[in-house]
Amino acid sequence: MITVALNVGFAVMCLCLILNLIRLLKGPSTPDRILALDTMYINTIALILLFGVRLEREIFFEAALLIAMMGFIGTVALANYLLHGDIID
Amino acid sequence: MISLIEYVIAALILIGVSFCFVGSLGLVKLPDFYMRVHVPTKATTLGIGSLLIASTIYFSILRGAPAVHEILIVVFLFMTAPISAHMLMKAGLHEGLPDVDGEVEKRRG
Repeated sequence: MITVALNVGFAVMCLCLILNLIRLLKGPSTPDRILALDTMYINTIALILLFGVRLEREIFFEAALLIAMMGFIGTVALANYLLHGDIID
Repeated sequence: MISLIEYVIAALILIGVSFCFVGSLGLVKLPDFYMRVHVPTKATTLGIGSLLIASTIYFSILRGAPAVHEILIVVFLFMTAPISAHMLMKAGLHEGLPDVDGEVEKRRG
């Protein structure tokens, strides 16, 4: 039962990443692309969590936490660059 | 009892994945940047929360002890998603992106 749900989850999350990639490539403005990257790392966290449940390993949670932190810092840095023309002000 | 918990975990995984899918679909389909900011930061974060509840239950059952350190990711994401959405919205206003009616509101960030 869980295996079926996990397989469906893998497929749907890959579809989500493809949709985010469409917005990342198409996005008419720079904030659109940053938003697509932000959504992409959140979906990657979901994919890694599903993978950890599938393999019954807990080491993937540390990877997910690291991706969450680095993605947040990256989003804030890019938005700050657009706002002020400088990352650290 | 075990099969009931399996059904609950499978349902939580499917709910979370469908929320993530709705968020990603909205990112592609919505016509305006100011609409597009909302969908990933709300729907996708909710989907991640549901997936993390599912994995918390799964590892608690697997180990026989409560697994609480997955809650860290939920707390971190629920704190940082509004902040990043706010920063992106400010950046969009600063860039002077048009909304769906074609109106441009330029503000100084």
